[in-house]
Parts: sequence; structure tokens; C-alpha cells
Amino acid sequence: MNVRIESQRCHGHGRCYDLAPGLFAEDDEGYGQVIADGVVPPGKEQTARLTMANCPERAIDISEEARDDR
Amino acid sequence: MTVDDRFSQDIRETRTDLPLGTRNEIITGPVSDWATNFSHLEPEWAADPYPIQDDLRQRCPIAHTDRFGGGWLPTRYEDVAAIAYDTERFSSRSIIMSNFRPPLEVAPVGGTPPISSDPPFHHDARKLLLPAFTKAAVAKREAATRALCHTLIDAFEDQPVVDAARDYAQYIPMRVIADMLGFPPQDGPRFREFIENALEGVNLPPEERIARMGKLFDYLLAQIRDHLDHPREDLTTYLINAELYGHKLDPSHVAGTMALLLIAGIDTTWSAIGASLWHLAKTPHDRERLVAEPELLPTAMEEFLRAYAPVTMARLVKEDMHWNGVEMKADDWILLSFPAANRDPQQFDRADEVVIDRQVNRHAAFGLGIHRCVGSHLARMELRVALDVWLERIPDFSLADPAAVTWAAGQVRGPRTLPLRIGIG
Ligand code: HEM
Ligand code: HEM
Ligand code: SF4
Repeated sequence: MNVRIESQRCHGHGRCYDLAPGLFAEDDEGYGQVIADGVVPPGKEQTARLTMANCPERAIDISEEARDDR
Repeated sequence: MTVDDRFSQDIRETRTDLPLGTRNEIITGPVSDWATNFSHLEPEWAADPYPIQDDLRQRCPIAHTDRFGGGWLPTRYEDVAAIAYDTERFSSRSIIMSNFRPPLEVAPVGGTPPISSDPPFHHDARKLLLPAFTKAAVAKREAATRALCHTLIDAFEDQPVVDAARDYAQYIPMRVIADMLGFPPQDGPRFREFIENALEGVNLPPEERIARMGKLFDYLLAQIRDHLDHPREDLTTYLINAELYGHKLDPSHVAGTMALLLIAGIDTTWSAIGASLWHLAKTPHDRERLVAEPELLPTAMEEFLRAYAPVTMARLVKEDMHWNGVEMKADDWILLSFPAANRDPQQFDRADEVVIDRQVNRHAAFGLGIHRCVGSHLARMELRVALDVWLERIPDFSLADPAAVTWAAGQVRGPRTLPLRIGIG
């Protein structure tokens, strides 16, 4: 599973880095950023879905492919 | 080095070249029908706006009023969000619905940037503030905020009944913002008067509002001059030195942003802390559960922000248009009720219930889109610390007299008198 922030939509509410500090961080202006390559570690899928469901701007996308090729 | 003479004249004089704007007749008194004659300034709304909003959402989801020179009240989440996102057709040049509309010429800057600004200027004015208000930046204030909360509770000594709005909730944001701006901490209580005027004095005669507004700017100007003489590591010095497009900011921008931080930072957070304590005082089940399971505080806090969202904003319609079934005229107000959006059953399960462990909570208490509350991380820190310290020190409390609770009228709503019976250990 992969997470991505659509930066055009993100307005820095920070729900993502509040709920999943291991997956997201804030930049110098408070906008959300995906940590590293956005691959969700095993066992964190539910947390990732929760951030998506709590982002007020609907700026978080999740893709389910496993990306085994990486 | 040249002397900074931007602040040597009265800031208000720098604005006299602006055209006057539009005033209309002040209409007060009971509302006959909320769908056609609403007013957020009547006591009924202040006491309990939610049944009114719920009724309108079903019966007339974009209500109208002739008061304030004409305006609309959308109560569905979808409509509130669409308007917040549509900065092309809805202007922020006044965000307080009153009997005075500033002229079009004040856009895109407005009196109190960035909240009063429209694109493209808005982005740059907002960017100046963002670094000071990130989660990491505000975390540095947590220890001092926690210490303040303890001091406030220490002062209760062994009184059986305390006013949690006046003697607790109020002081927390007052002190935090005074520290950030570098104002003397003892000035906090004076801010009260300034804020009341901007947010609650909306139906007063304009002369009186102008005179009161003048007092705020006199105060800010004195602070600015003091900072020019004695620069410090605070937001006031930062704004005095900040540059946009290669120039230092206009004096009215500096003072306007300071006014905004003072007004936006205090009443709002005070209301959020107060409403949360009010809910817990009248709902023993939630209070006991939160005391027993403090790890629920993050979801409980978001739920209080959703259910008792303190802030409603306004917009002005830019041009005549047909919008979602209604005929909007240029300069009509929109009362942009984030509280109503937050209780839309289309968007939230059990929208009218307070569910302190709600997992999915995409609420709009801090707004949506480009004007997302710059202070949201600060407000969340203050709310979390205020509730955490209170529940630790005073786990047992209840409403001393439900009838004595009073609520602020206007666009920032929260308890202003909140007598609680406390069992302090
Ligand atoms: C629980 C407390 C608070 C709530 C519910 C709240 C709510 C809001 C809302 C709904 C907006 C959006 C305005 C719009 O769409 O027109 C806003 C904007 C703003 N708020 Fe807050 N606020 C709170 C606390 C604070 C604090 C503590 C500060 C700063 C000290 C602050 C500073 C601002 C600023 C500067 C803006 C303008 C942002 C812009 O226009 O880009 N707020 N707030
Ligand atoms: C000659 C100068 C000024 C005049 C005549 C003036 C007049 C007014 C009036 C009449 C209102 C209330 C509107 C009503 O009648 O309902 C108001 C509101 C307000 N003014 Fe001023 N004002 C002046 C300067 C300023 C400045 C310099 C700032 C900020 C730097 C400012 C910030 C505000 C704010 C925050 C409000 C309340 C919020 C709002 O209505 O958007 N004013 N002003
Ligand atoms: S929750 Fe959404 S809007 Fe907020 S920082 Fe994360 S991605 Fe951005």
C-alpha cells in the first residue's frame, strides 16, 4: 500500500501527521509531506486509511498495489 | 541606518483615502422565520443554534435574510465547502457579517490580512505567518502553557464553585498570544474589550464601533513603537521587519495582522476550551470515561471541535449569480457556518451526538481551503493542554447552575459564564 498527498489540495490541517507521525511529517510551513517513498509498512494499513478519512481537504490518496517490484 | 518612520503617523489616517463602503439600517428583534429572516445576533441563536440549523438544513438549506443588507445562510456541509473553496465568486474582504460592507477597492488586501484578503495577495500574506504557527513551532510553548493552566487552578484554592470560562479558559489563549506578540502579560484583560467590539458589537452604531476600534489601534501602535525602540524575538518585531515584494509591509498591514491575531487567537480558543468543559460538566458518562481513558483525549478533542465548532465566517458575493438554486446579488453576505456543516448528517454518522471516540472526523472547525486557520496547531495544543491539566487536577465537576451559563452571541460562539461545582483534591 502507498500513500500520497495531492499538494494542490493540502492546506496544512495536520491531521495526517497528528494521526500517523511515522507516515507523514510537516514542512516548514505546516503542509503535510509523505515520509520517504510513501510505502506503508505492514500493519500500518489501517492507520493510513484513517488519515485519508480524516483529512478535511481530501488531499490524501491511497493506492493498494503492493509494489513488489521495488 | 534610516529611521523607520512608517509608524510615526496615526495608522488610521493612512486609510482615509478609501471610499466609504456601504452601510445599511440596523435591524434587531425576534426572528419571525429563520428561513427568510435569520439573524445570528439574536439571543435564541446564541443560546442554541443547532436545532435552528438542523431545521433549516431540511427545510431550506440556503436560508435568506433581509437584515444586514441581505444575506444567505447555507447549512449543508457540501454548500459550505463549495463556498469556502470558491474564492473566485466569494470574497473575504469582510468576514464579519455586519451592517457595514467595505468597498470592493479594499480587496484583495482587506483590513486584517490574511483573513480579509483574496487571491493572489492572500497567499503571500499568509505565507509570512505560517512558519511561526507550525506544529513544531507551537510545541515550544507547551511547557509554559501547562504551567499557566496549573497556576490558574492553584488560584481556585478551595472555592466550591468556579467560573471555568472567565477564570480558566479565557486566560489561556490571552496569555499565549500576548507572549507570542511580545505584549506585557498583564495587558491580557484589556484585549477583552477590543475583541468584544469586533465580534460582539456588530449591531452597535458605526460611530461607536469606530471609536472602539480606534482604541485597539492606539494600543497596537504603542506596542509597535515600543518594539521599534526595543526589537525583540517575537511576532511584532517579525512583522515590523517582514518584507513582501521587496518592501517592508504597509503600516496598516502590520497593525491589521496584529489585530487579527489578537482577535482570532483569543475568543476562538477560549470558546473551544469552555464548550468542551461545558459538555463534560453536563455529561458525567463522557467525563468519567475520559478521566479513566486519557488516551481518548485526541479523538474527544476533535469531536468537541466538530460538535461545538466556535467559528462562523462570512463572505461577500462578488457578482449577481444563480447559485445552487438561489439568486445571489453582488454584495450579499454569506454567513459561512462551519458549525452547521459539522452537523450535517450527510457528512457525519450520528451527526447530532457527541461521540468522544469518533474515529473518522473530517470536520471543518478550522475552515476549508486557502484560509485554513493559521492558528490551528496552536489552538489544538492549547485545547489539549487545557483539558489535560483540568481533568488531571479536577476529575470531578458538574454544572453548578445550568441556567447561569451564558454564550457569546455572534460569529464566535462559546460559553462566557460557566459556573462549575468542583471537587478539588
Ligand atoms: C479553536 C480555536 C480556533 C478556531 C475554531 C479557529 C477557526 C478559524 C477558521 C474557521 C478560520 C477560517 C476563516 C475563513 O475561512 O474565512 C480561521 C482563520 C484564521 N485563524 Fe483561526 N481559529 C482558532 C484559533 C486561532 C488561533 C489561536 C490563531 C492565532 C493565534 C488563529 C489565527 C487565524 C488566522 C491568522 C486565520 C486567517 C487565515 C487565512 O485567512 O489565511 N486562529 N480560524
Ligand atoms: C479610519 C480607519 C477605520 C475605520 C473608519 C474603521 C471602521 C470600522 C467599522 C465601522 C467597523 C465595523 C463595521 C460595522 O459597522 O459593522 C470595523 C470593523 C473592523 N475593523 Fe476597522 N476601521 C478602521 C481601521 C481599521 C484598521 C486599521 C484595522 C486593522 C488594521 C481594522 C480592523 C477591523 C476589524 C478586525 C473589524 C472587525 C471585523 C470586520 O468587520 O471585518 N479597522 N472597522
Ligand atoms: S491532513 Fe490533509 S490537509 Fe492536513 S496536512 Fe495532511 S494532507 Fe494536508
